Formats: sequence, structure tokens, C-alpha cells
Amino acid sequence: MFKQSKLVPALAVAGVALFGAQAALADVVKIDGSSTVYPITEAVAEEFQKAKKNAIKVTVGISGTGGGFKKFCRGEVDIANASRPILKKEMDACKEAGIEYIELPVAFDALTVVMNPKNAFLKEMTVEQLKAIWEPAAQGKITRWNQVNPAWPDAPIKLFGAGSDSGTFDYFTEAIVGKAKSSRGDYTASEDDNVLVQGVSRDVNAIGYFGYAYYAENTGKLKAVPIVEKAGKPGVLPSEATVINGTYQPLSRPIFIYINPKALDKPEVKEFVEFYMKNASKLTKEVKYVPLSAKAYTTNMEHVEKKKKGTVFGGTAEVGITIEELQKREAKI
Amino acid sequence: MQPLTTEQIRAVIARGKLRDTIFKALGIFCLAIALLVIVALIADMAIKGSERFTLDFFLNFASRRAAQAGILSAWVGSLLVMLVTALAAVPLGVAAGLYLEEYAKRNWLTHIIEVNISNLAAVPSIVYGLLALGIFVYQFGFGQSILSAGLTLALLILPIIIVSTREAIRAIPAMIREGSMAVGATRWQTCRYHIIPYAMPGILTGVIIGLARAIGETAPIITIGALTFIAFLPPAPFTGEPPAGLFDWVFAPFTVMPIQIFNWTSRPDPAFEINAAAAGFVLMVMVLSMNAVAIYLRYKMRKNIKW
Repeated sequence: MFKQSKLVPALAVAGVALFGAQAALADVVKIDGSSTVYPITEAVAEEFQKAKKNAIKVTVGISGTGGGFKKFCRGEVDIANASRPILKKEMDACKEAGIEYIELPVAFDALTVVMNPKNAFLKEMTVEQLKAIWEPAAQGKITRWNQVNPAWPDAPIKLFGAGSDSGTFDYFTEAIVGKAKSSRGDYTASEDDNVLVQGVSRDVNAIGYFGYAYYAENTGKLKAVPIVEKAGKPGVLPSEATVINGTYQPLSRPIFIYINPKALDKPEVKEFVEFYMKNASKLTKEVKYVPLSAKAYTTNMEHVEKKKKGTVFGGTAEVGITIEELQKREAKI
Repeated sequence: MQPLTTEQIRAVIARGKLRDTIFKALGIFCLAIALLVIVALIADMAIKGSERFTLDFFLNFASRRAAQAGILSAWVGSLLVMLVTALAAVPLGVAAGLYLEEYAKRNWLTHIIEVNISNLAAVPSIVYGLLALGIFVYQFGFGQSILSAGLTLALLILPIIIVSTREAIRAIPAMIREGSMAVGATRWQTCRYHIIPYAMPGILTGVIIGLARAIGETAPIITIGALTFIAFLPPAPFTGEPPAGLFDWVFAPFTVMPIQIFNWTSRPDPAFEINAAAAGFVLMVMVLSMNAVAIYLRYKMRKNIKW
């Protein structure tokens, strides 16, 4: 057949020339899940493969937090990336399949509310004001800025936000509106955060929200809105410092990896997790997330050594947890 | 009715000619728009991605640093998936087309089959992805491998190959068959020595156009779960320890060009847009050169046919 005769020799030559005969597919660390955690895990995987001179292979997929847990609970992957704690129904699915998990927080992310840099009237926003704009009841009714605050101009509100399949959407709605997945629908939604970046950067009257990394890479085009958690408190901008000291609330969230304890018996997975915890602090900063304290990563390592299974969240979404609180809880299990 | 004077006839002719010219201009205008869009797209990607056109870009794996990130696992993955697709779809498609044209009886059953093959060509590709996730990935246990992806895309382009095979066969004059039969050849001998060779240019065109479509497909590959970070290559095909090792590569995890591009466009760091543009340009070149090969082969093989 034509295709065969053309392609096979070309490929064989290319393959042999480039890599020689490669070992079969043993020694692969399989990871899947959240796109939010992906940049960190990808950076760790890249450095790990370099350090091991490619003797151990790592694959990282992006199926979303929910999709990652599905594969994890079927035993298809060794590690699941998760931008929120495991939920009750996922815990049940894992239990049914006889799959346990070790929950390790790896970093903090700050959901950032952004505006156009030319916007002169937004000095800060309270959670109440954000709720007034984003709650389902606002749909079709709250369309001008002066409806939210009379001091603001009579200009249209242009909204950009996460698509409903993302963990970012779940967390933002939970933290601002008070109920996960409860949001107005008449806004520009995209799973691709770059679309949101472009949208807000082109419209003076726009605001939007997404993960801190997209804001940090585009500070020339966007400005962050200081968030006032409760009336009377000062407005707080997202940054490493404000996330660590717990003042950037309620939009800071921990992100996790979940490890199958059975996979830890494989030396390559164990080595990878050790490498992850040792280098997470440096690599997390590099990809614009907020690292945990050095102690937190050591605690994580102890959990891995002792195979401490389970979650500290009890299967519910939780808002506004600080690094300190998280570490206290992690130390208990 | 009075006969028309010469002037009147001239006027009618002039009017007709004017309309002719207007329509011709309109046609050229439409064609220019289509061509301009393609040229603009390709040029835009080439210019944006120009600083990435180095050997390293083709030989580096994905990386979190845009300047170091390359498309090695993506282009190798795309080629291997295409290899599986071609190996699966070509024999099936050509045999099915041949059967329908040369062997099948003309009755309601073949008619239903024919209509449904055309329908299959119009099924959105994501549906094939969902089907493949259920059947290849889980039911057959092929996992998220090159094999699953190749077979999925093979299903996707099967209708294209069947239809183009049939069209190529239908273009062969009946006298060829009659002549062959007249000297006592069986139906199979007729197919083997006459029909297939004469239909080959058309079949090949269909195959390559099908593959060119498959290489750009993203949706079904995402559905079956191609990976986004993969910094190693599958074992080189047919080089492992025989017999089992020969096919190690088909079960390897992989990524393909469109997924790599998709991943790069959605990253926070704007520097990755350069990578995405460069990779997009490479993918365009791959597709266009496949089409060019199709045109060349058709031209060359047609020259050899004398009937």
C-alpha cells in the first residue's frame, strides 16, 4: 500500500536517528486534571525529567478537576490535579472502586477581579457590590455602573467571566454569590482566559475575573480591583504577600494534587512526588502562583511517607480558607 | 412581429456581453476574497511565528518557557496517528468502495447503505470522539493511545475514502470491464488488474484529502484524551523486540499538533502566541504539502493510463 511504503521507512529512520530504540512504556507517571494546577505540575514534570535524564517519563493532561477525579477514581492515573477539594460524590466513586487518596495542597491561587487600566472610577469593590453585579437576580437588571453605586458613572457594565465548566467559575460563584454555580448568564463567558483578558483590555467599562497568573502576565493591559471583604475593611489587592497573610479574602483558594497511595509503591511515582515537594516553592513562584510555607511542603512529605489518606474538607466546597488554617488542618490528619 | 434591425441585434449582443463581463468580474472578486483570506492567514502566522522557525523548535519538547518550547512530541505524534489512520482506513475504505461499485447488487439495501455513507461523512467529528471513547478506549481497552486516536480518525475519514473510491471506479469506461470479461477474466481478476490500477489516482486523491482533514482534527482527539504535556516520544515504529515489541508504539501516550497549538493559545504568557503561530504555520505546511503530493501523484499516474 502506498501510505505504508512512503511513511514507514521515513518514520523509522527519523525515529532511530533521533532516539534510538526506546524502552517500553514502563516507568511512566500519569497525571491528569485541573488546568489551573497544570502550569505548576507541568513545570515540576519538566524539571523532573531533566533531573532524571529522561529515565522516568511523566505525562500531564488537562481534563479539568472533575474529569481528573473521574480518571483517578478509575485508577487510570497516579495523580490528579485539583483546583478544589474532592467532592462527596467523587469520594463515593473512589470508595466504590477501592481507590484511596492522599491530599496534598501545593499552592495558593488568587482569583483576580480585573478592570481596564483606563478605568478611573473603580477604586475598590466590596464583595456585596460584586454580588449585586454577578448574582442570578442581576441578569438583565443591573446593567449600568450607577445602579451598583450612585457615585459611579451612568455607563454600561461589560462583564467577562469563566465558563461554567471550570473550577474557577465554581469557586468565584461560591465565594461571591454564596452558592456554587449560581451566576447571571448574560456575560461573555469563556474557558479560554485569554479571551477574557482581550475583552477587558479593550473596554473601559468592563470587569472580569480569572486566575492570578493571567493577570500577572498581562499587567500592562489590565488593572486588578482591590477587594473589600467586609464593610469597614480596606481594599486589598491580590499579591503573594496578601495571600500569605490571609488578607486577600475571600478569593484566595488552595490548589491540590491527589495521589493514589498504591501508586506510591512504584518508585518513579514516589520520586516524582518527593521532587514535587522539594521544588514546588521555587517553581510555583515562577508560574505566578503563591507557594505554601516550607513547613507545609515538609508536612506534605510526612503525609506521603506515612501514607496519610483522606481529605480535610469533608467533601464540600469551602471558601476563604487561609494558608494558616489549611496547615493546621493538614497537620491533624 | 417585426424582425429586429441590425442595430437592435447589436444592442442585444452588447447587453449580453456587458452582463458577461459583470459576472466575470464578480467571479474574480469572490475568488480573490477566498484566496486573500488564505494568504493573509498563512502570512500572518508565518510573520508572527517567524522567530521560532529554528531547528530547535522541531527538536524540542513542550516547555513552560515559550522560547524553549518545541513541537517534537506533537509532530511525531501527528505522523504516527496518521500512519495508524492510513493503515486502517485505506484497506477498509477501498475494499468497501470496490464492493459497492463492482459486486453489490442494486437493491434497496445497498441503496440504504449508500445514503448512510454519505450521512456518515456529515457527522460532526466530536461524535466520533465520543463513540471512540466508549468503544476503543474503554470497551477494547486500548486506552488513551496512538491506536485509539488513529482508529478514531480512520472512522472519520472512511466515508471520504469510500466515496472517492466509488467515484474513481465509476469514471472507468464500461468497455474496460467488458473487454476483460470477454477474454475470460473473473470479476476479481478484472478488479485486480484493471479497475484498481485505473482508479488509483482518484483513490489516492481521496485518501490524502481525507488524511489532510484528519491531521487537523482536534475535537475527537481531545475527547479520547490526548495529553498536553508529554516530553518523550513513543518507541520508534516496528523497531522493538519482535513479535510483541513491534507494536509497542501504538499503545504509547501521545499528543498531536492541533492540541499543542490549542494549549499554547490558552496560556497566560503572551510569548506562547508566537509558538502557537509558528506551530499553526507548520501544520498548514503539512496539510498543503499533503495536498500537493495528491495532485502530483494524480497527474503522474494519469499519464500512465492509456485506454
